[in-house]
This record gives sequence, C-alpha cells and structure tokens, in this order.
Amino acid sequence: MSAVPDLPGFPDPVTDAQAAFRAILWAQSHPGAIVAPAPTLAVPPPLPIAAGALLLTLADADTGLWLDPIFAPARAWLRFHTGAPEVPLSRAGFVLAAGLPALDTIGLGSDEAPQDGASLILPVAALGEGTRWRLSGPGLAASTDFAAALPEGFAAFWAANHALFPRGVDVFLCAGPRLAALPRSAALEVA
Amino acid sequence: MAYVAVKGGERAIDAAHAWREAARRGDPAVPALSTAQIAGQLGRAVERVMAEASLHDPVLAALAIRQAEGDLIEAAFLLRAFRTTLPRFGAALPLETGRMAVRRRVSAIFKDVPGGQILGPTTDYTHRLLDFTLLDDAPPPAAPRASDPVEAMPRVAELLAAEGLLRPEPASEVTPFDLTREALAHPAPRDARLQGLARGDEGFLLGMGYSTQRGYGGSHPFAGEIRMGAVSVELVPDELGFPIDIGEVVLTECQMVNQFHGGKTEPACFTAGYGLAFGQADRRAMAMALLDRAMQAEELGEAVTAPAQNPEFVLAHADNIEATGFVEHLKLPHYVDFQSEAEAVRRLRAAALAKAAE
Amino acid sequence: MLARADAARIAAALPPPDARPEARRLRGPETGLVMLRGRMGGTGAPFNLGEITVTRCTLRLRDGPVGHATIMGRDADHAELAALADALLQHPDFAAPLGETLIAPLAASQAAARADIAARAAATRVAFFTLQTMRG
Repeated sequence: MSAVPDLPGFPDPVTDAQAAFRAILWAQSHPGAIVAPAPTLAVPPPLPIAAGALLLTLADADTGLWLDPIFAPARAWLRFHTGAPEVPLSRAGFVLAAGLPALDTIGLGSDEAPQDGASLILPVAALGEGTRWRLSGPGLAASTDFAAALPEGFAAFWAANHALFPRGVDVFLCAGPRLAALPRSAALEVA
Repeated sequence: MAYVAVKGGERAIDAAHAWREAARRGDPAVPALSTAQIAGQLGRAVERVMAEASLHDPVLAALAIRQAEGDLIEAAFLLRAFRTTLPRFGAALPLETGRMAVRRRVSAIFKDVPGGQILGPTTDYTHRLLDFTLLDDAPPPAAPRASDPVEAMPRVAELLAAEGLLRPEPASEVTPFDLTREALAHPAPRDARLQGLARGDEGFLLGMGYSTQRGYGGSHPFAGEIRMGAVSVELVPDELGFPIDIGEVVLTECQMVNQFHGGKTEPACFTAGYGLAFGQADRRAMAMALLDRAMQAEELGEAVTAPAQNPEFVLAHADNIEATGFVEHLKLPHYVDFQSEAEAVRRLRAAALAKAAE
Repeated sequence: MLARADAARIAAALPPPDARPEARRLRGPETGLVMLRGRMGGTGAPFNLGEITVTRCTLRLRDGPVGHATIMGRDADHAELAALADALLQHPDFAAPLGETLIAPLAASQAAARADIAARAAATRVAFFTLQTMRG
C-alpha cells in the first residue's frame, strides 16, 4: 500500500497533460530548445517542477520508474498520480537521477528494440546559462548552441551514449520549471 | 505490399459522410433510438460488441451500435478505438466464478447435479416462432418468483476432478500474458489463447468450434456445465492495499468435457475446455470452450490435423477487427499496384501470343 | 456498496455542502481501464478476459479524512459522490448518521435486488428426469 500525498497532480489532467505532452514533444524534436511544460504545477520538493510535469505526462502503470533516494519525498506523489511502479535501475523506463549515473547501469535498449532505452531525467543547476554547448544532428538544420550547467563528465557520458545509436538513453535536463531534451541522436560538443 | 498515397476527394468524402449520417437517423418522423433503449433491449448485441471490443461498458457499446447502425463489427471497432484513449489503472483480481450469483446453470452430463439445474432466462425451449404480439408492444408477463433457497452449486468440473476423472487445473497466480501489451509468439501459451478467444468473432468461434464436432480435430464434447450470473469485480487500489468491490459483471462460463485416451504417463481421463464471456452468451462461451480444448492437442500429445487445433491459425484469424481491416482495405486505391501487375500480364500475354503466331 | 449505488441516491443522503467539511480533490475523477481476469477452468491460472471502464476519485476533507472511490463506468459525479461519502463515513461527526441514512438502506435494497434475482432463478429450477424417461 502506498501513502496518499497531500498534493494533487495536474489541476486539469486531460488538457494539462496534453499541453505538457506538446511541449515535451517540441523539446525532443528541437534538441537544446528550452520549454516549460507546466510552469505553475505544484510538486513536492526537491523534485524539479519540469521533472514532475514530465512524469505526470509520460509515466503510467506500464512504465517502471527509478528514483534517486534524494527524491524520496516525492515518492508517494509520483506513485499516486502516475501509477508507475518503482523498479531496479537497469529495468527502469524513466530514471530520475540526482547525478550522472554510469551509462552501463541503465537500460540502453537493444538493436531490435532501441525504444527500450531509458529516459534519463537529470536535474541541472541552470539551463540557458553556464557552459555553452553545440548540438547537431536530426531535428537541427544547422548546429545550434545552448547553455547549461551540466554535471562533471557529461561530455564523455554523452559521447559514449551517442556512439551507441540506435541504442542509448534520451536525456531530459531539468532546472525548476524548464527542461531541454537531448535525444540520443544528437551530437554534443563544447561550443 | 506498397501503399501509394492519393490526393483529392475531400468534397466527395464529406458528402458521403453527410449522407451516411442522414441515413443513420432514418425517417425523422420515427423517434430516435436512445442508448438506454439499445442497452436495455438489445442486450445480446451489446454483450457481443463488448466481448469483441474487449471492453465492458454497456453505455458505450450501445452508443457504438447506434453509431454503426447495428453493424456489430463496426461497433466493436469503434469501441476498441475508444479504448486506446484511456489509461490503464491496473488489473482486477481474477473473477471468482465459483461465487457467482447464479441466474442460469445447466449440466448436460449430471442430471442430478448438486445445487440443481436452473434454466434462467433462456430461449432454449422456445419454438423459434416470431412473436407478433411484440409488434403491438404488449407488456411481458410477470416473471414468477420461487422462494426455495439457492443451494451451493459446486462446479461440475470440481466434482469430476475430485473423483480423479478430470485433469486438475493447476492453480497459479502468475501475471498472465497480455495480447494488448505484448507481441504474440507461437506456440501461444494457453493464457494468450484464452484472451484471443475471449475477444474473437463469435461467428468465427462458432464455425471453428462446429468444425471440431464434425470431425476436424475430432473430439466428442459434453457440456459439463454452463453457468451465467453476476460476479463481483474486486481490485486492490495501490493506495488502500486491500481489495474493494466496485460492482459486478454478468458472465457466462462453460466447461466442455472431452474424453482423453491417456498417454504414456497418465491413464485415460476427461479433459476440459473452458469458455468465459461477458453477458448471457451460451453460444460464445461454448464455442470458446470447444476451441480451448482443441488447441490443447499438442500439449496432450494428440495429432494436430485440423485448423481448430492450430493456435496460430485460430488466433491469427479470430479477431474480426483485424480481419475486417485487411479484407476491407482491398477497396481502397491500389492503382499503382494493379498497374504494375497489369503491365506484367500484358507483357506475358504479348509474349505468349507472339510465340503462338510463330 | 457505494460503487454499486445510484449516484442520485448518494447525493440525496449526503449533508448539503454548507453542512459538511469542504473537500479538496487529490486525484480525479478520472476515467481509465481495468483489466478483468478469469481463471482457466474457473479455478486455475489467470488469463486476461477483457477490460472495463472505471472512474476513480480521491479527495480529502478539510479536517482530515481521505475518501477513495472506484466505480464501474464513466460517471464522474458518481465517483466523486462515492469518494465524498467514503470520506464522511470516516469522519466522527458524519459516520453514524450516514450509516443510518445511506449505508443501511443501500445494503437493504442491494440485498433485495439480489434476492429477487435469486427468486426468479429458483422459479426456473428444473429436474430433467422426465426428459430422460421420454427419451427412453
């Protein structure tokens, strides 16, 4: 049995989830673009609002979730509103990390089923400021720059992940209400 | 097969749809059908649509029947499409048909079956004469009530199993295969087969079941028990951690009993096929049970000689929504496909004619 | 029992909004699917039979109790009223009166409906011995 949280989920579940889905889809098809899927959503701290909005929108009873222990205060809220069961890191469809996990500890999918690769939700200190990165690949007519305070070692992590394509993980960088997506197809370098 | 897009026709399509909608309503001087009328008075159609859509919702099934003008396959298609718009909250606890509030229960093999034979609201003993009094909307006679208490009704299968005459059903609580979530691989396990049969087209199930009686996959079935009634739906909400009753569904359950000649490791006994269907649906439940038994052939070491014994054949063709999609897509434009074949035929003909002329 | 009840009947038995604690929705009412399962042979391993539509609602009364409801079908009002009744039934000021005005009558009418169906079924009880002698 899981506890009932004090906070509701989306105030208007259908239209709010649709709007957030639209924003997340935009972010994934425009790597590096910053969106705010549900900027006014109330979430239990220390969960970033964007991470809460993303999980309310995409996670359900059929998608396993792994939570870094620092997000334990959000556990009941996520379970109650998404229905997503908590599963071991290697089997999780959604990985809500605090820091950068080792690439070989998370689900990377297979060449037959690359869609089984996990979605890694990674809180970052800042989006739109910090180090400038250059992205290129599908969805980007030319290379594009974006700024983010990414964790130590991210460039090497990403190079290894990108090299696995079509396997690999897709990353959502979250800072407060804002997020940017890095699909595994995108190449990243310091600008 | 290649699909080549065609453009145009929007105006014609709009006009076709408008005509269709007007035709659906029929004569405006005649009152429109309500979904309550369909759900209340065309119950067998509603149950069939729910079974074949694999979604129990009598109100929506009635709406689908109205929208589809009584085309039950189209109605099941509409309902199954609607189903994809809803999130799945989870699974209920397995329905305990042994605790059914029985409305009908007959056994063709035990005349003095404990708990008795209860006909229920059956049409089995009618003379299939059209009832012209319905044209005048005559009120139905009151259904009589009897006060004799309902006795316990142990399953016929359990009575046979207790005597060692029937292969027992091993109990298990494993999460069953789900056709709506996983790709079916063959040989399909029995849980996948039963799910496929439960949503199969009733006409297909009936025809295939009938084929087993006529010698294609020879078996001599007996209707061990058919029971119909309301069964509680219970589920364990994550936030409560204990089961709650959320209502009831009416189900028909059928156990077909067949002789089994025994094998190297076990003596002769009876084996059972199982059918379970939404609503009052003897025909569907019985046909399903015949096919469930026929498809156990390979597991029981019987020769697989007939289509009904071949799960791949049965399951690949039982779904009327898949079937109607593939059959009916043939009427959509195939101009380029056909053109390439026509050119090939012309070339072959020209070559053959030229050769004949030599 | 609340899940099987008619929404209007729950509404009629609940205290009016100004005479009950305010309720805040925590989740829903929202409609979704629940997979129904049967058992092979009625007693064996489970298999998936088909889904049902359900509507669920969870709300919290201002002074504490959380009410849950899951009903069959898509009636959001029914789910919310049932959740509200569930919460009030856990509230010391409302539990006893609602037990009397809502739960006891619902139990009685649901039992009567079940008994009526059982009586109709009993009237169709048959002994097939006559048929057997006729067939010889």
